[in-house]
Amino acid sequence: MVPEIGHFALVIALFVALVQTIMPMLGAYRGIPELMAMGKPAARVQFLFIAVAFFMLTLAFIENDFSVAYVAQNSNSALPIEYRISAVWGAHEGSLLLWVFMLASWGLAITIFSKSLPEHFLARVMSVMGFTGVGFILFILMTSNPFDRLIPAAADGRDLNPLLQDPGLIIHPPMLYMGYVGFSVAFSFAVAALLGGHLDATWARWSRPWTTVAWLFLTIGIVLGSWWAYYELGWGGWWFWDPVENASLMPWLAGTALIHSLAATEKRGAFKSWTVLLAILAFSLSLLGTFLVRSGVLVSVHAFASDPERGVFILGFLVVVIGVSLGLYAWRAPSVHGGGRFEWFSREMLLLANNVLLMAALAAVLMGTMAPIVLDALNLGKISVGPPYFDVVFVPVMLPLVILMGIGPLVSWQAGDARPLFKKLRIVLAVSLVTGIALPLIAMGKATLMVAASTTIAMWVILSSAQYLRDRIKRNVGNKGLSAGVYGMVIAHAGVGVFVIGVTLSSVFSVERDVHMRVGDTVQINNFVFRLDEVKPVRGPNYHSDMARVNITRDGEQVAVLTPEKRTYFIQTMPMTEASIDTTLLRDLYVALAEQRDADGWALRVYHRPFQAWIWSGPLLMALGGILAASDRRYRVSARHILQARRKTASASVSDGAQA
Amino acid sequence: MKPRQKRLFLAGMALVGVIVAATLAINALQGNMAYFFSPSQVVAGTVKPGETFRLGGMVRSGTLEKSSDSLESRFIVTDNVRQVVVSYSGILPDLFKEGQGTVAKGRIGKDGIFYAEEVLAKHDESYMPPEVAAAMQPMPYNKNNNQILIPRSAATEKREIRTVQSEAAELSAPLPRVEIK
Repeated sequence: MVPEIGHFALVIALFVALVQTIMPMLGAYRGIPELMAMGKPAARVQFLFIAVAFFMLTLAFIENDFSVAYVAQNSNSALPIEYRISAVWGAHEGSLLLWVFMLASWGLAITIFSKSLPEHFLARVMSVMGFTGVGFILFILMTSNPFDRLIPAAADGRDLNPLLQDPGLIIHPPMLYMGYVGFSVAFSFAVAALLGGHLDATWARWSRPWTTVAWLFLTIGIVLGSWWAYYELGWGGWWFWDPVENASLMPWLAGTALIHSLAATEKRGAFKSWTVLLAILAFSLSLLGTFLVRSGVLVSVHAFASDPERGVFILGFLVVVIGVSLGLYAWRAPSVHGGGRFEWFSREMLLLANNVLLMAALAAVLMGTMAPIVLDALNLGKISVGPPYFDVVFVPVMLPLVILMGIGPLVSWQAGDARPLFKKLRIVLAVSLVTGIALPLIAMGKATLMVAASTTIAMWVILSSAQYLRDRIKRNVGNKGLSAGVYGMVIAHAGVGVFVIGVTLSSVFSVERDVHMRVGDTVQINNFVFRLDEVKPVRGPNYHSDMARVNITRDGEQVAVLTPEKRTYFIQTMPMTEASIDTTLLRDLYVALAEQRDADGWALRVYHRPFQAWIWSGPLLMALGGILAASDRRYRVSARHILQARRKTASASVSDGAQA
Repeated sequence: MKPRQKRLFLAGMALVGVIVAATLAINALQGNMAYFFSPSQVVAGTVKPGETFRLGGMVRSGTLEKSSDSLESRFIVTDNVRQVVVSYSGILPDLFKEGQGTVAKGRIGKDGIFYAEEVLAKHDESYMPPEVAAAMQPMPYNKNNNQILIPRSAATEKREIRTVQSEAAELSAPLPRVEIK
């Protein structure tokens, strides 16, 4: 019964989503308040039914219902309960259901936090959200139904892919999808604004918190994915420029550009039509990412599912979404009036530079990701594009971006005054230079020109952000205090600095050794001595494992004992490497047990990775900044103001009517 | 500058920037592309000397040899028609197995051996890299003893198995010692 209820709930959700698409749009077009008002309850009911469907699939996993094909393929009675739950999104069908569930949750969130939105606008937003829902629910029902029965039922399941049996993978997909799908809200707002012809600062103000929240989820999702790859998949690497990683990075780059361009639109009315285009682009890239990952067009270590029928459906949906929204843009954008004038040296110009650089980076990543697919489709050979390409094109674009990031917030809108600014920043620059050179020298005992330049730039961002905060606090004496948005921006920008330091020191000074060891053998990296003490068999719930004990000492003192494992899962009989890592603020020690070479000899990979934790801390600071920025009072205050203003005009028009 | 001139100037700068960036990016792309070739293509001489490429096919059963005191491994990659000897010094991926698909990135040495810098294997039990699937030639294959059966007919004689190295016999020679990094 359980899967049938889930399936049925999904079908009902499809019809509710259809109602949500058609009725409010019709109402907004014809000016019928009753129809427009249907958007909100429809979104809530749609959420309810999708939640039921999602819960039923989860229940099927918890109850080990192996008569459901999807459960039988991705779970097993010996699988621990937490992985039985996360197995819901462990493969294609379920992860799409998660996608739709996230979309419906965003729809529900709009109905809750939209009290200040005019009804025409809200009706159009709900309609666009509903349309996206229709597309994806239809996709699930037509090509990827997770509730399909398996007849006869399997005695036991084929187990979850061992790579996915990991705590990081329990929360990585939901976070990533929250981000991906979250851009649908910015997209809906943009399309609604285009339809209504009201592309103005208010629209930007409404969009901003939604975009920021989507962006911060995407940031956390990417970090978790990278972290998972680091200890589970990557043999110590944390970013491979794999197409699947690029698929999440591209909407992130577009989303970052959007956040900044929305700021200019809200504050100064600048770049209005460009901002709308970015909102369309960010969501289109999310869809493109879904297409790349889910269609199987990639030759990728991540692509677990492949089915051309599905690819064609998503591609069709992608074409419709991009085609219609760009068509709408071409029709409406010319009527949008440009914003206020601004000088060469102004915040607007720096935000423009931010957008140009982010778009250049995006274009480079897009080209490297799509080139193999395009060439293959044209029969020009099967190629792969190596990480050096991405390093070469991405880093030179990002460095100026980071440098400008230090100046941007300090420059006034419209027309900045360069001279006093540079006088003030001279000291910051000097301190950045000193600390930037000192940092690698003190931490690593050595530095190259490139390293020092890179850490200087990082310190520059951190220190100039601090300088900005100091200025704001000084100017704010006696007032009620700074807005959360200011703290958010400062923390996010400082996070970029932390990330740059981590990437620089980790990539330049990491030492990796692949060694052949027998019990008792030692290997030394920098001052750390790794000794293989034993390798013994261990039994887990659904696997058996060889667990090594590696004792690490530094100058004779014990630092850590690491226990890397080589697991073989019973059902899928695939060997899995479980690395063991000792993390401190300044370095990671990493040991992975690779393979048994002979009776008592093992291949091990041993790493000393300085400042590795900074690579994750930086983006987490960015996400924290996003949380602060999105919680800024002014979004709520403005909502209240608009509401009050509307009540006033409403009562005024009522009294007008009475007089007439 | 008047606003109009400014806009023209900006547009011009943007155009120049795009052209420069695109040229650099395409150059970088060409420098870092690696083509995919099957053993048959390699034997037929499709690969330019010294070119880094990706070699894909099956790891022929019974050909994987591991050195006992270093991380050097040797194995044969085949598409059921031709084969290439691969040497790799490093950790083989978890899912690397004899009789299964693999993709290795590297170049052919002067000795005719393919020296891999990187060896990839599929990432779950049932997944085969599509390129490898396309490269494989149909071949009578006996799953029970993992040996390739070659029927003696005129048609298949042309498909006689040949390696890049003149003889597979050299495989049985002791592996060269490779110093641990």
